[in-house]
Amino acid sequence: MDTPGSAHHRHLHHTLYGVMAEFDTPTDLVSAARRTYEAGYRRINGYSPYPIEELSEAIGFTHTSLPLIVFIGGVVGGLSGFFMQYWIEVINYPLNVGGKPYNSWPAFIPITFECTVLCAAFAAVLGMLVLNKLPQPYHPVFNAPNFALATRDRFFLVVEANDPLYDHEAIVTFMKNLNATEVNDVEN
Amino acid sequence: MADEPLKPYTEGPMHTTAPVIDPGLTFASVTDKIGSIVLQRKTPLGWFIGFAISFALFQLMLLAITNLVFVGIGLWGVNVPVAWGIDILNFVWWIGIGHAGTLISAILLLLRQKWRTSINRFAEAMTLFAVAQAGMYPIFHLGRPWLAYWLFPYPNTMGIWPQFRSPLMWDVFAVSTYATVSAMFWFVGLIPDFATLRDRARSKPFQMVYGMLAMGWRGSARHWHRYEMAYLLLAGLATPLVLSVHTIVSFDFAVGIIPGWHATIFPPYFVAGAIYAGFAMVLFLTIPLRKVYGLEGFITLRHMHNMAKVMLATGLIVGYGYMIEAFFGWYSGNKFERYMIWNRMHGPYALYYWALILCNVITPQFLWIKRVRENLLVLWLLSIVVSIGMWLERFVIVVTSLTRDFLPSSWGMYQPTQWDWAMFIGTIGFFFTLLFLFIRFLPMISIFEMRTILPEAEVEE
Repeated sequence: MDTPGSAHHRHLHHTLYGVMAEFDTPTDLVSAARRTYEAGYRRINGYSPYPIEELSEAIGFTHTSLPLIVFIGGVVGGLSGFFMQYWIEVINYPLNVGGKPYNSWPAFIPITFECTVLCAAFAAVLGMLVLNKLPQPYHPVFNAPNFALATRDRFFLVVEANDPLYDHEAIVTFMKNLNATEVNDVEN
Repeated sequence: MADEPLKPYTEGPMHTTAPVIDPGLTFASVTDKIGSIVLQRKTPLGWFIGFAISFALFQLMLLAITNLVFVGIGLWGVNVPVAWGIDILNFVWWIGIGHAGTLISAILLLLRQKWRTSINRFAEAMTLFAVAQAGMYPIFHLGRPWLAYWLFPYPNTMGIWPQFRSPLMWDVFAVSTYATVSAMFWFVGLIPDFATLRDRARSKPFQMVYGMLAMGWRGSARHWHRYEMAYLLLAGLATPLVLSVHTIVSFDFAVGIIPGWHATIFPPYFVAGAIYAGFAMVLFLTIPLRKVYGLEGFITLRHMHNMAKVMLATGLIVGYGYMIEAFFGWYSGNKFERYMIWNRMHGPYALYYWALILCNVITPQFLWIKRVRENLLVLWLLSIVVSIGMWLERFVIVVTSLTRDFLPSSWGMYQPTQWDWAMFIGTIGFFFTLLFLFIRFLPMISIFEMRTILPEAEVEE
């Protein structure tokens, strides 16, 4: 058996991150990703120059907690926006303005709304970056040949070496049958 | 006639619609064409000339501000009774222009209008730069701008807090939130394009700078999934935000009791006016730009058509607003309101009012004609007329109401000084300085979103 750590691997200078297949069209990439997923591989990822909805479904990645994070951000922003005004205008520094009640809540709504949007927007942007683990200056896939074209017109599929079913030779053979234009090892 | 052979009936389209994007484009050509403007192509001479003029005017703004801070606000023409002159007018004008960018990038995204893709990046940049101009006016209008931070609620040794029942405080929060969210939205949209530029740049410094800005973006499917979600949520947040901002700007007036300001029509009428002015500015900027940089394949006649139609629609809403203002002036039965309308039409500033009607209500009616919408020179001139018209609208609202409010003994005239104009012209210079830098160093069309609307982007099942 050829498994990570076997003789076949030890003679490499670098450890292997995974195997990368290269495709010319989004259709080829998506169908390859589907077949790879169906073959039981789970530590897989696709790379494309623009978002492809079918691709994230094909690799089994359909859930993100981002909406929940944004919702929490909005609720926190709205409540703190309102109660900041309430605390200032009613408790800490009550001022009689035109005989209006101290808690003149309708007048507090515009700022409450703005705080809601501000915090939710921060949650969306920071949440997206944190979940994506960005900024990340180095990543092994950048070592792959032609990967600079992933931001232009080329499509890539990676099976990572830490996949439970990982078997180097088998995967290379499997990927060569997926309509890939090239199959390369990606080193860490 | 009768012996003329009958031709078979061929079914053709009733009318043809220009495509959203030139059909010959591919992933590679889209990337290279937009990227090359930043990375490879020789900077056109016109860029240097335009930048030099804008930069010179920007210096005028710095001079005007320095003088204003040094001497004081008496340098401007504002005084009792007109404490809000063209400086607050310019604040409203600039922020209104900014709104088209958010409308294009957020609202049209939610409405799944594919044509927005070619112009959203540029329009968002326009938003940011316009909001930057707008934000300066209220700050320097404070008289003691170095104390502007007093507007924010922070615990201080004076033991005092801002007064949150005032629309001016709402404005502080609305404008600063708007600027922040617009900047984030713009930056998030740029991340994948920074990665494209990083991978295409030949020189080390460019690779480094774009590389840092791209933050290691590599187009991973998991990243795209969360990215799309974040972008959609931001669009959903920016949509009510943009409506709230101009609503709150209109509250600055509508909550006051000055005749001509105290009206319930103000929020929708201000929002429509903002979109109207903003689309005029987008047209004014994109018509020459697509010509100079040869972007006709990206920004097609379809875009011109659609933007002209949005301008026409919002122009009609604005025209309706003027009509309702006049109607309510009469229908209120209130003699101050009636006098306000009479004063607008026949008073010392009547010329401004009728010029406004000409620019904003009568001229845009030409947009009903298809040939006008297709003639880019005429469309460009129309966009200038509308921009002037929207400036006049704010002049009529701000100045005519303040010069003659209730008691004739407190009436007075208003005349902007050369420093008011220096500031205004200077902010135009600053706006264009930022735009020229943007065009030179950042992709003015969103490259990754253009890829999504190409025919080859379709995944065949």
